[in-house]
Amino acid sequence: MKLYTFVTEFLQLIILIGIAPAFTGWVRMLKCWSQGRTSAGLFQPYRDLDKLFSKDVLLADNATWIFRFTPYLVFGTAVLAGGIIPMLTVDLPIAYAADVIVLVALFAIARFFTALAGMDMGTAFGGMGSSREMTIASLAEPAMLMAIFTVSLASKSTSLSQMVHVIYSGQYVFRPSIAFALIAFILIALAETGRIPVDNPATHLELTMIHEAMILEYSGRHLALIEWAGMMKLFLFVMLGIAVFAPWGIASSGDFIPILSAFFFMLLKLGIIGIGLVLIETGLAKMRIFRMTEFLGSAFLLATLGMLSFFILE
Amino acid sequence: MSVLIDAITPVLGAEFRRDEGLHPSSIPSCIVSREKFAETAKAMKSVHALLAAEWASDETLFGRGFGIYACYRWGAEYLIIKTEAPFDDPTFPSLTKRFLPAYRFERQIHSLMGVTPAGHPDLRPWIKFEDWPEDAWPLRKSFDASKPMPRVFGEYKFVRAEGEGVYEIPVGPVHAGIIEPGHFRFQAVGEDILNLEERLGYVHKGIEKKFELLSWQEGSRLAGRVSGDTTVAHSLGYCMALETMTGCSVPERAQWLRALFLERERIANHLGDLGAICNDAAFAFMLYQMSRLREIMLRTNHKLFGHRFIMDRIIPGGVAADIDADGKELILKELKKLLKEFNKLVTIYDENSSLEDRVRDTGILIPDKAREICAVGIVARASGLNLDCRMQNPFPPYDRIELNVPVLISGDVHARAWVRVEEVRESIRIIRRILETLPSGEILTEAGIPAPDTSGFSAVEGWRGEIVYWLQAGPNSEINRCMVRDPSSVNWLGLEQAVLGNIVPDFPLCNKSFNQSYSGHDL
Repeated sequence: MKLYTFVTEFLQLIILIGIAPAFTGWVRMLKCWSQGRTSAGLFQPYRDLDKLFSKDVLLADNATWIFRFTPYLVFGTAVLAGGIIPMLTVDLPIAYAADVIVLVALFAIARFFTALAGMDMGTAFGGMGSSREMTIASLAEPAMLMAIFTVSLASKSTSLSQMVHVIYSGQYVFRPSIAFALIAFILIALAETGRIPVDNPATHLELTMIHEAMILEYSGRHLALIEWAGMMKLFLFVMLGIAVFAPWGIASSGDFIPILSAFFFMLLKLGIIGIGLVLIETGLAKMRIFRMTEFLGSAFLLATLGMLSFFILE
Repeated sequence: MSVLIDAITPVLGAEFRRDEGLHPSSIPSCIVSREKFAETAKAMKSVHALLAAEWASDETLFGRGFGIYACYRWGAEYLIIKTEAPFDDPTFPSLTKRFLPAYRFERQIHSLMGVTPAGHPDLRPWIKFEDWPEDAWPLRKSFDASKPMPRVFGEYKFVRAEGEGVYEIPVGPVHAGIIEPGHFRFQAVGEDILNLEERLGYVHKGIEKKFELLSWQEGSRLAGRVSGDTTVAHSLGYCMALETMTGCSVPERAQWLRALFLERERIANHLGDLGAICNDAAFAFMLYQMSRLREIMLRTNHKLFGHRFIMDRIIPGGVAADIDADGKELILKELKKLLKEFNKLVTIYDENSSLEDRVRDTGILIPDKAREICAVGIVARASGLNLDCRMQNPFPPYDRIELNVPVLISGDVHARAWVRVEEVRESIRIIRRILETLPSGEILTEAGIPAPDTSGFSAVEGWRGEIVYWLQAGPNSEINRCMVRDPSSVNWLGLEQAVLGNIVPDFPLCNKSFNQSYSGHDL
């Protein structure tokens, strides 16, 4: 049984929006266990979102349209990004129109508006968070592109679906350049999704916050959308990593059975990656903020080395 | 002879007058004229004495004006120098130029007592708020605390920094976490801190005034509530000051039990702090594990002494909770388990390089600065000052316990954490020693009532550091004045110094390593 492509596309978005909070819940659960605590369960993020949606929005008098518009934009770009990354199948209509550069740009748009919204109120924390976020962005985005380009050299395409196709078609051999790119990607993903050791998603300390500082003034459904988008971003980075470095399991066609098995493969991989993430987060303290340049600089360096090694070894 | 007395004798010459009313008599005190007040400070500075506290007392009920007291410490010695200011000319020479901690003590005297330190560089109100009328001096006897305060317009001028790229970050008094209120005003360029100005006083409860309305017995309950996490040490400080005034000799068993409570309080708080310091570097594992160990201590406290923080168990004349053989057994078993797990956790702390990167060389308070602000307790011992009342001015039973107090010189966050680690181990050893030698006998005796116009002084090493109490009995043997100096009153100054040159996101870590009390400071 072959599904229409728009159906698979739709399925992907449902999964993204629906499962992303559960993945965050899974990470939090593992984290609790690793610290010797009882966890609030897999579904706590849903309850949190529900709570926020039922609360009133409190707006500052001087909030402009940017502040009100940003949550929808951030949520929208995250959903759109979900249409590009092959999660269940490579047979996605939007994927042909948009490659990985578009993906990076989508994240950049969301970040740009979040930073603007952070400064919109004129509070000290918002501005501070925005300035820190942009510092990270200026280092993380080139490194991210570099890492993806290194991988795309092998498949000679920047389209994610095409990359997966190439891996499936058997032309793929494991190259040292991929290993470099993988390490670089992990470092960048930690920074981009605001995890320890770069940022601490659970902190209440205003002065150390990065992402949280920008969204400190949000409340109610606005905050819910931003939180949800944040969970989706974490989910998307995991999906991107899977698609680029370990796509096995993703359906190469639009048939129903492979898509169903792809779904279970996805859950399995999410579970394993969650464990890896928690091991990193439990074992490390947060870096000093100026260590970030070294951290992301080394990510860029690794990606570059990967690219060089590709040309030297080919 | 005493170093401090020797130092002031040439300054005062024939003018030297001992203050006979003060107890214990082992602590020398003298009354000097206002002109000589600053000169004695100079003499104290020349022998490298530290200023422990400075306060004023309204002595109109005795038919005198205001008494201004400065308490100096040199090693084990204390010396209290008093000067008097008449009611119609309430001024005294400021000591701020010689001793930095006097800066806030004197602002406090000025704001709350209405006695002006002449020559003080900064007389903005401290603890008192700007919307209080200027002539509302709550610590004066003429002030009626039962009436609501009329509010006026006022403005508090913060220190400003100007220049390209300089910006201000106001933090607090309401914070995102569940902590006490305090306002921090940063001047920063990029992430570098140029200056930090603290604004405290948001938890001013009028405790010192409230003491004056209470009986001597009730006073110990209030002292136990000055700062909730230091309830044992504060009530001990109050009781000791009172007992020296009445000449009450506390039964030996009670003295050892008091030490037991004090050390248990120290361990519990240090455990909590160590976890919290690591948590501020996003190493949450340590927080939960340390909190778990702390909870074990607190539950044992509840089981044995009837209160998790052992509140109100130290009372004038002795203690209100005893321990039997089963209790001893329980504590020993608990400590054995605790020490084993604690050592494991310390190994994790010590060997995690990412954590080490955060705590080392962050928030350095150099020994010279620590000496300048007359820091006490953990903060002092992490910055090379070997100060501990348990050792230097040993109150019983510490005169019979050998202490091995850790002193580090690096003065960074790690040093302050490591002093705590070593102190936990040391306190566990002390508790074992106490349980071994705990004498039998009574645990409570009559505390008595002090004679009119006498005063009492005590210094106790709480977990944060030296706590100073000074009590004064009025003409009818009531409490005329109770001065409380929590270690936070001086150590908050250290935080302002320690963060200079650090980056803004490292402030919470520095702050947590100091962990000073807001309530104990604001009173």
